Amino acid sequence: MKLDVKRIHTGNAKWSLLFTVLLLGLPLIFSTNNYLLSTLIMVGFYTIVSTGLTLLMGYAGQISLGQAAFYGIGAYTSAYLTAHAGVSSWLAMAAGAAIAAMVALIVGIPAFRLREHYLALATLGFGIIVFTFFKEWKGITGGLNGFFGIPPIQLFGFPLQTDFQFYYLVWIFALIGVLFARNIVRSRVGRALLSIHGSEIAANSLGVNITKYKLQIFMISAVYASVAGSLYAHYVTFINPDLFGIVPSIYFLIMVVIGGTGNVWGGLIGAAVYVCLGELLKEMVPMFIPNAGGEFEIVFFGLLLVIILIYMPNGLSHSLSKVLKRVSSTSRHRKEPILVAENENAGSVGGEH
Amino acid sequence: MKKSVLLEIEQLSKSFGGVHAVQNVSFCVRDQEIVAIIGPNGAGKTTLFNIVTGILPPTSGSVLFKGMPVTGKKPYQLAALGITRTFQNLQVFTNMTVIENVMVGMHTRLKTGIFSAGFRLPQVFKEEKQALKQAMACLEQVGIAHLAFEKADILPYGTQRLVEIARAAASQPSLILLDEPMAGLNPQESKKLVDVLLAMRNNGMTFLFVEHDMETVMAIADRVIVLDYGKKIAEGCPEEITQHPDVIKAYLGEEEGASC
Amino acid sequence: MDGWSQFVQLLFSGLTVGSIYALVALGFVITYSVTGILNLAQGDFAMLGALLCITFVNSGIPFVIAILLSVVAVMAVGGLFERLAIHPARNSSIATLIIITIGAAFVFRGIAIFIWGTQPYALRPFTGNHSLNVVGAVIQTQNLWAIALSLVSFIALYIFFNKTYIGKAVTACVVNPFAARLMGIEPRKMSLGAVAVSAGLGALAGIVIAPVSGASYDMGVMIGLKAFIAAVIGGLTNAPAAIAGAFIIGILEAFTEGYLSSGYKDAISFGLLLLVLFFMPNGIFAKMSGKRV
Repeated sequence: MKLDVKRIHTGNAKWSLLFTVLLLGLPLIFSTNNYLLSTLIMVGFYTIVSTGLTLLMGYAGQISLGQAAFYGIGAYTSAYLTAHAGVSSWLAMAAGAAIAAMVALIVGIPAFRLREHYLALATLGFGIIVFTFFKEWKGITGGLNGFFGIPPIQLFGFPLQTDFQFYYLVWIFALIGVLFARNIVRSRVGRALLSIHGSEIAANSLGVNITKYKLQIFMISAVYASVAGSLYAHYVTFINPDLFGIVPSIYFLIMVVIGGTGNVWGGLIGAAVYVCLGELLKEMVPMFIPNAGGEFEIVFFGLLLVIILIYMPNGLSHSLSKVLKRVSSTSRHRKEPILVAENENAGSVGGEH
Repeated sequence: MKKSVLLEIEQLSKSFGGVHAVQNVSFCVRDQEIVAIIGPNGAGKTTLFNIVTGILPPTSGSVLFKGMPVTGKKPYQLAALGITRTFQNLQVFTNMTVIENVMVGMHTRLKTGIFSAGFRLPQVFKEEKQALKQAMACLEQVGIAHLAFEKADILPYGTQRLVEIARAAASQPSLILLDEPMAGLNPQESKKLVDVLLAMRNNGMTFLFVEHDMETVMAIADRVIVLDYGKKIAEGCPEEITQHPDVIKAYLGEEEGASC
Repeated sequence: MDGWSQFVQLLFSGLTVGSIYALVALGFVITYSVTGILNLAQGDFAMLGALLCITFVNSGIPFVIAILLSVVAVMAVGGLFERLAIHPARNSSIATLIIITIGAAFVFRGIAIFIWGTQPYALRPFTGNHSLNVVGAVIQTQNLWAIALSLVSFIALYIFFNKTYIGKAVTACVVNPFAARLMGIEPRKMSLGAVAVSAGLGALAGIVIAPVSGASYDMGVMIGLKAFIAAVIGGLTNAPAAIAGAFIIGILEAFTEGYLSSGYKDAISFGLLLLVLFFMPNGIFAKMSGKRV
């Protein structure tokens, strides 16, 4: 039997590549369909956030109910620095990421001494406090009226303003994010994260510095969220605190749960399902219930969340990777049994068992 | 020939409130030795074990490892120094394959950090390859290399314990602490584990273990430490221990004429 | 208004809100103690109770019966929630269960939007629009109702858990589920009862506060979260401490609103939550001896 690193991570490189090509080719075909492009751009933002959150929740098993706070930190830092301080958008994005990482570190040090319920509560409280600052720190954030006139992002002196351009920008970031996450997962660090999820006491006794890894991955997930927030701010040019409150945090959580927590593509799948389902509901619900507002969609997401957690605790990515594996194995008639794919059962969401 | 002292426990005490769980216990473990800690329930074995493994801080006394004080070091720091352990209630990572479990065990031997991993620097790939090879060797050592790519949670109990031992040995530590290694194993599995432990010792490993199963203790221990009510009441080779009047008393009570 | 009367005014408003938080927090404590689940949908029981009661009253049902009906209805909803969402996932990880309750909260909110829309509703005070004058402060009778009803509930629960057979059985399950099972008590059945009782308490809280602050589909979020803080401050399994925590939060908020600014009210409550979690994770009333290994 040949010993090959690929045997531990029988990822579906072929499918990933195919998917990437499709994704990057799509705008060339539908370059005039702004609805499609803007929807997919939203998927891109959410993919970045939820991929980071997947690393934290799915691999390290730590829950965060305040991820939108980091999304907001990125958005407001970029907005303020580019609109009021004339800083370059890239520098502002980096500043946002640095602030988010610092905040994650400061909050993480006491928070990750807590577990389960208490960690969930602490991150929730953190999210609400940051949200309050977005609302009340009117000099910088514009308060509840929102922040207007965020300049477009510049690339080599050219502003990126059309959906077509922004699509590539956001998806290059998203794919790099997924790749980065995949690389982390397939390494000593990824195993350390999984081991924390599996059994903290055993991980500790084998030399894994649990606190360090929890903090590192929390900071990484904060940077993911912050970068997505910066891009988002430049895309919509107007932001307000409600975009970064506790409900968006929960939507990010929903994306991670839908996508599945044990697969780096889970964040993307979750984001896509979330955005598409949201759009679909916006179309469908008024047909059946004429006077229901947009808020009505939450009932569907609530139900989806409960049903997935009860009946499909590994999320859609798990089921999808099984299907893909079956497809590729029958097409090639392999004799060798298909070996376990990338930690597909990284377990249910977060927490200890 | 006397081997060099690896682990030295000096005047170790631990009390919880008014309860003295461990009182002034001293002993040492030498290189390539297998030392067993035994004693009736509530004798303080687990507390002692938890202090040595860094889970509990002692009230007083010290633990020296290779002559260095390691008292109060955290488990992950001890692992880096060369002390690892297994668990009475299995703590196999059920969310990984067997080989990945063992590769976690190599954590302290590998270097990849979060950024070099994320950017997949060339040395990461090399390290992964190396790690895989060594992990496989560890599995061969305990005789379960053929199960390397199975999910750890589908294996039988006894095999999971072997995974834990391979995992604990993966970082090539100087000392492995075993917490009731025979607990929950059937006789066949126990026998296999005894063989594995003896073979590992012959390859240079040192073990300190807590055990209830006297048969195993007699079979593999070079020396036995007996605790009762938190105190060390006897120490010696297995034959001496079975003859020791205090030990007989501790296990069988005060009754006259009791014998094993 | 002079300083003293403002103080009394704020104190009463804090006590009113505190008693609402206390009722919901008790629900948290009961559910958590019996099932080990932190039910983030707890606040939405208050919302359902308030809106149901308003609907019943508006359709001409006498006030007292409307209150009872809505409490019972919400208890049924709570029981249904336990059977459909909690029970099937009872062996999942704690994080999964927390997220399930978040999902359930969304569902409750969505159903409320479906039935009542997003506009706020008002409920008339229990006993007319009277008010008392205490050293210059104007105290609505509804505030007194809130405080009194929550006190009655605490006493009733105390008697239930300490004097009745079922109550003692529940307590036994909390203290030692294994021994309880040996005694013929089925802990799992208790889970259903605990969630239902918690739902009823939540509903009562919502009904009591509706005449003071109105009722709308999203009123449960903040009530739930604040009650949560109260429960955590108390240590999650200690009912009297949770009640005390609820009054602390209520009064703190009233004074923050009165003397500082209403905007930072939430930040202060949650800041307190973080302080307690980080520095006194067993609650502020726990003895410092508790060891966490």
